[in-house]
Amino acid sequence: MFSYLIRRLLYAIPILFGVMLITFLLFFVVQPPYARARAILGEKARPAQVQQWLHDHGYDKPTYLNTKPGQHLFDSLFVNQMKRLITFDFGVSDKTSLPIAKTFTDGVIPSLCLTLPAFVIGFIMAVTLSLYQVFIRYSALDRFGVFLCVALMSIPPMIYMFVGQRVLAMQLNYFPAYGFDLRGWQTAKFVLLPVTLMIVMYLGNDVRLYRTIFLEEITQDYVRTALAKGVPQSRVLFVHVLKNGMISLITLVVAHLPFLIMGSLLLENFFGIPGLGNALIHAIQTGDAAMTNALVYLGALFYLAGLMLTDICYAFADPRIRLS
Amino acid sequence: MIESLQHFFANWITQDVMVVAFFAAAIALLVRGSRNERWQRAWKFMKGDRLGLVAGVLIIGYLIIGGLDLLKISPTTSVFDWLANAVVGLQDEPTKASYSAPFATHTFSTAKPEPLQFPGRHFLGTTQIGKDTFIQALKGSSTALLLGGLTSLIYLPLGILLGISAGYYRGWVDDAIQYIYSTIMAIPDILFLIAFIMVFGKGVGTMSWALALTSWISLCRLLRGETMRLTERQFISAARALGQSHWNIITRHLLPNVMHLVLINFVLGFSGVVLTEAILSYLGVGTPIGTASWGQMIDGARGELSREPVVWWNVSAATVALFGLVLSLNLFADSLRRAFDPKRS
Repeated sequence: MFSYLIRRLLYAIPILFGVMLITFLLFFVVQPPYARARAILGEKARPAQVQQWLHDHGYDKPTYLNTKPGQHLFDSLFVNQMKRLITFDFGVSDKTSLPIAKTFTDGVIPSLCLTLPAFVIGFIMAVTLSLYQVFIRYSALDRFGVFLCVALMSIPPMIYMFVGQRVLAMQLNYFPAYGFDLRGWQTAKFVLLPVTLMIVMYLGNDVRLYRTIFLEEITQDYVRTALAKGVPQSRVLFVHVLKNGMISLITLVVAHLPFLIMGSLLLENFFGIPGLGNALIHAIQTGDAAMTNALVYLGALFYLAGLMLTDICYAFADPRIRLS
Repeated sequence: MIESLQHFFANWITQDVMVVAFFAAAIALLVRGSRNERWQRAWKFMKGDRLGLVAGVLIIGYLIIGGLDLLKISPTTSVFDWLANAVVGLQDEPTKASYSAPFATHTFSTAKPEPLQFPGRHFLGTTQIGKDTFIQALKGSSTALLLGGLTSLIYLPLGILLGISAGYYRGWVDDAIQYIYSTIMAIPDILFLIAFIMVFGKGVGTMSWALALTSWISLCRLLRGETMRLTERQFISAARALGQSHWNIITRHLLPNVMHLVLINFVLGFSGVVLTEAILSYLGVGTPIGTASWGQMIDGARGELSREPVVWWNVSAATVALFGLVLSLNLFADSLRRAFDPKRS
């Protein structure tokens, strides 16, 4: 098992390097630092100002190799950027010159306040509903359920937010319409509506997906055996099928992991939750490439971490891997 | 050189030719597909699937409207505009650049309502610059069609080529292709799209490339798996034993047997493109401002919904139009999947 995990870890490294390469190509080659400086400082900036900005941010180096006499060969944008990303030294934001790491540490908690409850409750709801649908499979109600799922996922997420804020918060006054406050139960008050909306947004997609997985699972031999030896159908579904289906579900769930930490872009921005998603939207709006770069890298890192976690889960769940 | 190429492609006549060619190619592909026995069986199955058929008809309706709006008769007007204005009699407000409510006779202003040129004619109201909302909502399908079409033109060949190669040749080819898509997959889709569009600049072209670069992966993985399964089958061994070239095996034996998966993926991918356009436009990295797209109309709702009294008709019209297309595409894809694989679903 140990060698299996090491192998998986080694597999992640070239992928992470690939991600670093993609972000470098996008943010340093396609859009050279000079263009970034122009975008931030404006078209009217004097050349000296641009030079100073480039120097302050460490962008006044050659792209790949530093061949200037008297300077270190590897003192280039590429090598420096790689070093920075590996050591998690994200530097400062292009726009505000505040350290990016600070934005992250500030933003993680508000993001998790929104996404963690939404994820846990949403997952439990989706699994329960999809198992129930499998229980009554191919009935009229099941078909209607599938249709409803497709309908739910065909509505753009913004519409849920508009309607939720307008109707639930502003007209019925059940929730505050906007804002965030990190103070115990005060937080819950602000987060309740976004959490509800996030659950509804993903529910249709998840239920439909899980239903397919569980439907595949009930054609397996062990289900027939269990039914033949007289296990009630509900127990077969909610114990046997659920356990086995979980193995396939883990992979799907991990795909959500980056969003747990990155938060939901749309919801955070719309309801004024100062999380990472909001930070990303600000970065887009202000053309802050350093911030976007760091967030993209971080998102990939979370994804790969999730992938490793899946592998560990698999190793525990599946004796064939554990004993190999 | 590049500039003259750009001029060539920006020309409305070129656009018309390309739209016609695209539709012709799509129809030709379908006709070609209908000769396949598997497709014929699926079609027989689909005839009994009423929901799928309704969805299919709706999609064709959207395609026709979008296609007519992409066909220009002058640099600024399309066949659709001409039909709407001259034949049906739906017109934009030429002089009054302001909101007006559905069936209103005056502009939407509490202080000084002004009479409209076409009172009572705008049965879904007008937009901020006096355009008829109903026409704008219908014209949104042309942007959806353009984006979906361009994206598919890029990602379908890429996905098919790489997917089948990975599954057929295996070995280092497979490793390399797996590495490429694992890397792109590691970046969450929405982050990749945002970063890509931010760097290359907004526009329909950039957006299609960005969407294509994230969409080919699911198709590639699907085809890789299916090709691996198929190459175990005897008809491939037989073809090999008879000395058929790799090219022949891929194009004559593998491709026809995976085309239905491509079709399903294409339909689903289309719905993904339409939804993603709306989200990206809302985030400010979508279609350029001024495009008649559902994403832009929904994005406009941020200001419109906070007005008092609320301007609700633009966002509602765009949402209903978008919802209709995405729902039909999803239902149609489900129906296709059932038809091609009746045992499994």
